[in-house]
Amino acid sequence: MKRMGIWCCCLLTLVLSSLPAHAQETPSSPAAAGAPSPEISKAVADKLSQLDQKVAAAQSAGDNAWMLVSAALVLLMTGPGLALFYGGLVRQKNVLAIMMQSFALMALITVLWALVGYSLCFGGNGPVIGNFQFALLRGVGVTPNPDYAATIPQLTFMVYQLMFAVITPALITGATAERMKFSGTILFMTLWFLVVYAPMAHMVWGKGGMLNASLGGRFPTLDFAGGTVVHITSGVSALVCALYMGKRVGYPKQPMPPHSLVLSFIGACLLWVGWFGFNAGSALAASGLASSAFVATHFGAAAAALSWSLAEWFKNGRASALGAISGAVAGLVAITPAAGFVAPFPALLIGFIAGAFCFWMVTKFKAIFGYDDALDAFGVHGAGGTIGALLTGICAQSFINPIFGEGKPVGGFDGHWGQVGNQLVGILLAWVFAIVGTIVILKIVDVTTGIRVSEEHEIEGLDITQHGEEAYNLEA
Amino acid sequence: MKIEAIIQPSRFESVKDALLEIGIDGMTVTEVRGHGRQKGHTEVYRGREYTVDLLPKVKLELVLPDNLVNRAVETILKSAKTGKIGDGKIFLSRIEDAIRIRNEERGESAL
Repeated sequence: MKRMGIWCCCLLTLVLSSLPAHAQETPSSPAAAGAPSPEISKAVADKLSQLDQKVAAAQSAGDNAWMLVSAALVLLMTGPGLALFYGGLVRQKNVLAIMMQSFALMALITVLWALVGYSLCFGGNGPVIGNFQFALLRGVGVTPNPDYAATIPQLTFMVYQLMFAVITPALITGATAERMKFSGTILFMTLWFLVVYAPMAHMVWGKGGMLNASLGGRFPTLDFAGGTVVHITSGVSALVCALYMGKRVGYPKQPMPPHSLVLSFIGACLLWVGWFGFNAGSALAASGLASSAFVATHFGAAAAALSWSLAEWFKNGRASALGAISGAVAGLVAITPAAGFVAPFPALLIGFIAGAFCFWMVTKFKAIFGYDDALDAFGVHGAGGTIGALLTGICAQSFINPIFGEGKPVGGFDGHWGQVGNQLVGILLAWVFAIVGTIVILKIVDVTTGIRVSEEHEIEGLDITQHGEEAYNLEA
Repeated sequence: MKIEAIIQPSRFESVKDALLEIGIDGMTVTEVRGHGRQKGHTEVYRGREYTVDLLPKVKLELVLPDNLVNRAVETILKSAKTGKIGDGKIFLSRIEDAIRIRNEERGESAL
């Protein structure tokens, strides 16, 4: 910005360089060095404050435009993105049920968010959870909330964060697919959002949260867009759900191939596009940091798609479409916490490691332990989120994002290896929170609505038994 | 006589055209699955292997007057053959009677 001053008149230089603060202080510059009459001083001051407002308004317009688009992109990840990705992976008789779970969360979490969710995540400054400051969206209007995003209306910030809260529980449905009751899903997700998601989001992103890296956390965990909050919590909870519910009838003897990889393919590509809103949007401004996160996101996805495919090629002699898209998603997961902290080449590295690691998790690790994580919510999100959070501590660099202050080292590449320890604390806390919270919630759901459909219903399919419809009435 | 021919789906169009060419324009076609000596194939989804041993085939059914049967069989053999395993089979059987529903004609005139 200061460079512009060379080309502009001195007056404008003053306005622009005083942007962050207010233009009230009397600046010392050649233009003001003489002794102008009081009328002229007043006229200049008025003009300055008008310009100040206009510049702020212009920046707000740019940032707000990007953030509204980002919010829409993140919603695109749940429906249609995740709904199609998961929908294609299940058998024909369960496709509507899994899509409906994602869609129901778009509605359910939105209402919960307006009532108390936003406030529990971003109200107050407690170490573990927010308060009721913003309950019923009280005081959430077009005025920015400078604690979080000083240039966009708080309404934009609120609705953007809502989209994260929607997709996170939706990810869990990948593990419980093809056997969870709809009523049980609704109750589980309501409780899970309040008990697991809200505290985790507050701890990592909320003011005063114990893991918050920029707003006074005790264990500053770097999590740019939700590696711990979104992917570890959902992925680990997914594993707990899969273990608690048990395997699908016939698993693993009976073949359960994906019913339409075409749907999954479209879904995965929509996820990739939507993820730009998720990660680059997490800069909360149309800034250089957003560009940096955008590039890291794209690079991470591409590298992971390649490494998963290569691993598959070596092992099976062929690279499959499902493998390539799964790899891309794994890379997007792993780059999520790192997106706004790492340079393009470390992003490629993170993606490359994550693709191969998640391939191993869903093919080998899952087979060794024999749990039925139907669509690999844990293998991709839990595993990818964990490795991504760890690698963020190693690869984060202050020239990308000086989050601890100008010139202070951020991650291992800056020589600050202690950050890896902080990351471990964040990871551990997210795992423990997800495991304990999910077990308690599963118990509650088990004795109220029930979790699992009856064996006959499972064999008949959830579309008919839970929703009374079929996905493909091709003869109708 | 009735001809049941189970053929490769990829050969169906040329079999149908060849039969039309020799003047046979009535047939019933079903998409079926099965296998003879041809083994299935293996599919791998995220490391899980599935053996698919019932493969898609097309079944043609034709009921013809005796004098047309040999030509029809030859035509099918010629047009359905790829020379590879999995080309299918032809079954012949005798038909007791045939009735046209529209006007209750019987026997060969109903064909």
